[in-house]
This record gives sequence, structure tokens and C-alpha cells, in this order.
Amino acid sequence: MNALLKYRELQLLAAIVALVLLISLRVPQFLSPSSLGNVYHDTSILIILALGQMGVILTKCIDLSMAANLALCGMVSAMLNIAFPGVPVPFLILAAVALGAALGSINGLLVWKLAMPPIVVTLGTMTIFRGSIFLLTDGKWVNAHQMSASFKAFPRDIVLGMPVLSWLSIVAIAIMFVVVGRTALGRSFFAVGGNSNAAVYAGINPGRARFRAFMISGALSGLAGYLWVSRYAVAYVDIALGFELDVVAACVIGGVSIAGGIGSVPGAVLGALFLGVIKNALPVINVSPFWQLAISGTVIIIAVAFNARAEAKKGRVILRRAEAAA
Amino acid sequence: MSIANPTPRQIPDRLKGLPERALKSWETLLVVVMVAIFTINSFASPYFLDPWNLSDATFNFTEKALVALALALVIIAGEIDLSVASIIAISSTMMGMAASHGAGAPELVLVGMGTGLVCGAINGWLVTGLGLPSIVVTIGTMSLFRGLAYIILGDKAYTQYPDGFAYFGQGYVWWVFSFELALFAVMAVLFYILLHRTSFGRVTYAIGNNPVAALFSGVKVARVKFILFLLTGLMSGIAAVCLTSRLGSTRPSIATGLELEAVTMVVLAGVNINGGSGTVPGIVLAAIIMGLVTFGFGLLNVPGIVMSIFIGLLLILVIAVPVIAGRIGQRRKAQAH
Repeated sequence: MNALLKYRELQLLAAIVALVLLISLRVPQFLSPSSLGNVYHDTSILIILALGQMGVILTKCIDLSMAANLALCGMVSAMLNIAFPGVPVPFLILAAVALGAALGSINGLLVWKLAMPPIVVTLGTMTIFRGSIFLLTDGKWVNAHQMSASFKAFPRDIVLGMPVLSWLSIVAIAIMFVVVGRTALGRSFFAVGGNSNAAVYAGINPGRARFRAFMISGALSGLAGYLWVSRYAVAYVDIALGFELDVVAACVIGGVSIAGGIGSVPGAVLGALFLGVIKNALPVINVSPFWQLAISGTVIIIAVAFNARAEAKKGRVILRRAEAAA
Repeated sequence: MSIANPTPRQIPDRLKGLPERALKSWETLLVVVMVAIFTINSFASPYFLDPWNLSDATFNFTEKALVALALALVIIAGEIDLSVASIIAISSTMMGMAASHGAGAPELVLVGMGTGLVCGAINGWLVTGLGLPSIVVTIGTMSLFRGLAYIILGDKAYTQYPDGFAYFGQGYVWWVFSFELALFAVMAVLFYILLHRTSFGRVTYAIGNNPVAALFSGVKVARVKFILFLLTGLMSGIAAVCLTSRLGSTRPSIATGLELEAVTMVVLAGVNINGGSGTVPGIVLAAIIMGLVTFGFGLLNVPGIVMSIFIGLLLILVIAVPVIAGRIGQRRKAQAH
């Protein structure tokens, strides 16, 4: 199974490389290191969010509130920056991450303690989080000139040849790689998503595992919130509207099974990169950006069809013909 | 998305008497909430109890409710369709295109409904033919259908519709009763009959409760699910006719976010998001409640986004409160013993 999974990620990697080569046939500059670096830089926020969503989906849940959480944390960090211009940026980031984690744990608690369906919970908190931004700001925007210079510059600062934003996403990837692959917590995600009853007998509390997955996804949304607002230098109610679906799409393309228990960090990252390459390539090859939505929709459907083939249940087939029909 | 429940289901020896069941039912709770909101609104604003104002209020929910009727059946069968708003967008775009080529009102209705059916068939085939999870499939088709609308329209809009077309979204059947409201009433009756009075309806519940058991009982699970997706596509197409006619224009961003409001309506109606339970009267009540809340807040000058907070809270509370109440009840029982 493990070999098969690795094979899937290699497939995706090959698809991305092929896509990049194909584009560079028409526009050779696309292949230059700085251009590819820009694509990665542009995809960093999606990668960070996809990592959080992956953990949640592994436990057979879904977090539709990520983009709203991002928007709220981004707005709060921008408002903190206006109120206390002297506070160094790392503290603002910590505040955004903490707020994000707190919002994520609201989702987690509702799923854990009240056994509510995650899709309903996060649908509800999605509108509540976004509405709270309006209550907080009366619908006003926070514009670039109101933010301090360091607030806007931090993600763009070049360290060792790469912007901080790209480095942060690499750090997030490394941490999630260790957490998901090398810790008991990560194993519990897989156990709960694979078979929550069996997980109970193995001494795992499924509710708690889900709670932690939601908290992590919230914390990463908070981080992404600051990054989004400082990168685009503007904060308002509707930032990242609908972005949660891009994040789910990145996971699905990366081979994370919506039925839980299957997925990997490299897969989610590659899934996000695939979407990032498409998004950045369209204007380069003179395709109207209006095509982007339809293309990503098609990619999602193709990816999920691929996933289904890879996951096709083996064993426990009582009535082969009937099982296929269901 | 279901959370496995390790305790076996308890089936009582005898169902409780009808009055007690009716009193404790979800629909009764919805009626109480509806009356409460109605009363509060009539005190809060002097403009609330005006027949024409109330008639205007129905436009807040009729299109969503038309979609919710069919969506509820899909959810009862254990699937979900998040692409409904995008189906409305592409149907409306196709209607606009047909209108710009000189189609009359009847042809436009056919184009809208036909586009909806095609989209529903695509969803249904992906879910039942290829056996893919509906939540991801419909997230995909949600991007695809709206993406097609964007490809066709870009930043433009269709605004030229024939004269007779306005009736579907703006016409009145009798006095204050709009065509949309009448259509919703008729559809609600049809869906009531379909879900509660036909074997197709029973089978829908059976599939939602246990698809494997339904299959082994000889139910054509795949075909039923396919028909349900087809039906949802058709209802979205009909909603697109009403919405396009009411707005008199089509932009690719039409009906953005409607899928979440429709899902909220269905959940508020007491339909289990994991499938297997829910009623048509519940959907009608939930639709009216959401319409009244939106209208009442509107009269009080509450901005739309604050209403959405309220709807979000309502969504969580209607599920959380019964769970908490049940727990408290159990604890009391345990103490009494």
C-alpha cells in the first residue's frame, strides 16, 4: 500500500513537471529559477492551508471555515498593527496563530463534545467568522497606508535567496511531515479516519484526535491570515472568499481521500502546487483568467476519479456485481 | 462525514401515541420558532404585517426553497449536491445566450430546465456511474459549471430578455400571491407526495439509512440516486428561470453562495446531514423561517452579513440544543434511578 501511495505522488509530480515543460515550450522564461520561485511563492499560502485541511480530512472530517478563519485572523492582525504600531511582527503572527487555533478549537469542540457533523459545524462557523469581521470593522477596509512598513515587508524579506513567505511554508511542511508521519498524534489521525471503532479499541479517543486536527487547521489558517493580509496589503470582509474549496481541491488532487484515513503531506503539497502552476501559467500562455475556475473544476473531478481507482476496496466483497452498483 | 456511533440503535417495542410524537417532533419546534419570529417581527416593526410587504418577503426564499426541496431528497439518500448554485449560474447563462439569439419566453424556460437536467445528469453519472464521493464531485462540478459561465460571459452580462419572460419572477397569480410562491406551493405538494406517499420516497429513506441493506433488499440504489441528482438539477434549472426572470439579467456570479443557504435550510428543516431522515413539511417551515428572519432583519436595517451570522448560529444551535437537552435529560434519569 505504501509503495502504491508513493507511486501516486510520483505520478502527480510527473504531471506537474510535464505541465511546466509544456508551458515552457511556448514561454521558455517560465522555466527560469526566479519564475518557478515566484510560482512557489504565490502558492505558499495555499500549501499552508492544504496541510491543515489534510489533517482534518484524514480524520474523516472537513473544515469549510478555513478561509473565513483566515480572513478574521488577518483582519485582527491588521487591526492590532494599527492599534499598536510598535509591536514587532513576530508577536502579531503569534497572535494570529493563537486566535486561529482558538477558532479552530471551537469547531473541534463542537465536533468532539456534541458529536455534530463537521460539515454542518464548519458551514455555520464559516458564516459566523466572516460576519464577525463585519461586526469588528463595520465593513471598513484596512488599507496599505494604515499598516506599518515592517508589517507589509516581513513576508517579502529575502532570507538566503528566498522570501520569508516561502520559508514559512517550507517550515510548515517540515513540521507537518514530522507530526503526521512520525508522531502518535499523526498516527491517530489515520487510525480515526480509517476505522474510528477500531481506533477506540486501540485506546485512541477519536473525538480528541479530531479536535486536535481542527486546532492545527485553525492555527495554520491564522498564520495564513497574517500572510495573506500583509502580502496583498489590504484587509476587508471578503478576502479569500471561497478559498476553502481551493484548499479542499488541493487535498483531493494530492490524493487525500475524503473518506478519511488516506493521504500524505507530500501529496497535499503537490496538489496545491498543481493548482498553483495552472493559476500562474494561464496568464503566461495568454489564456483568459476566466478559464481558471472551469479548469480547476475539471482537474478536481479527474483527480477524484483517480483516487477512487487507487482506493478501490479490496476484500469484504460479498456480492461483487451488487457492490459495484452501489 | 458520519461519525460512527458504537452504541446499537434502540428500537422501542411500541411507538408512543400520536399526540406525544407530534408534540415532540422537529416540525412542532419549527412551528413554535416560526410563530415566535412572526410575533417578534410584528412588534418590532409596524411595516411587517402588511400583506404586500409579506408577499415581497417570500421572494427572499422561494428560489432557494425550490432547490432545497430536491436537495433535501439527495441528502436524505446520504449524498450531497454542492453544485446547485453553479447549475443556476450556467442555466441562467444558457438562457441569456438563447435570448440573445431571439428565443421567446417558452423556449427560455425549456433551455433553463434542460441545462439543469444535463448538469444533474453529469453529477448523477459521476456519483453513481463512477462511484465517486458526491461531496468532492459536486465541489468539482461547482467550479466547472460556474467556470463555464465565466468562460461564456467573462466580465459581460446578458440583460436582454423578452417581455413575457418577466412573469416567472415578477408576476402575480392572484392578489399578493406571486407566481414564484404559487410554484413553490405546488412543488412542495408534489415533493410531499413523492417523498411521503410513494415507494420511491420510502426507498430514498432506506438508502440513506443503509445503502448496502437497501441494495440487498433489491433496491436499485444507483438508479434512485441518479434520479435524485437529475431532480436536483431540474429544480436548480427551474430556480434559475425564476431568478433570471426576477433580476432581468445574468452575470456569471449569479446566485453565489446559494448552495450554502440551501444546505442550511435543509439542515434547519431537521434533515439529518448523514441521511435517512427528514420531511417535506420541515423544509417548507424552515424556508418560511429563514424568509421571515431575513425580512424582519431587513425592516430593522440589519445588514445582510449580520443576518448570515444569525443563520450560522441558528444552524449550529438547532443541532446542538437537542443534543445538550438530551444529555441533561439522561443525566436526570440516571440520578432518579
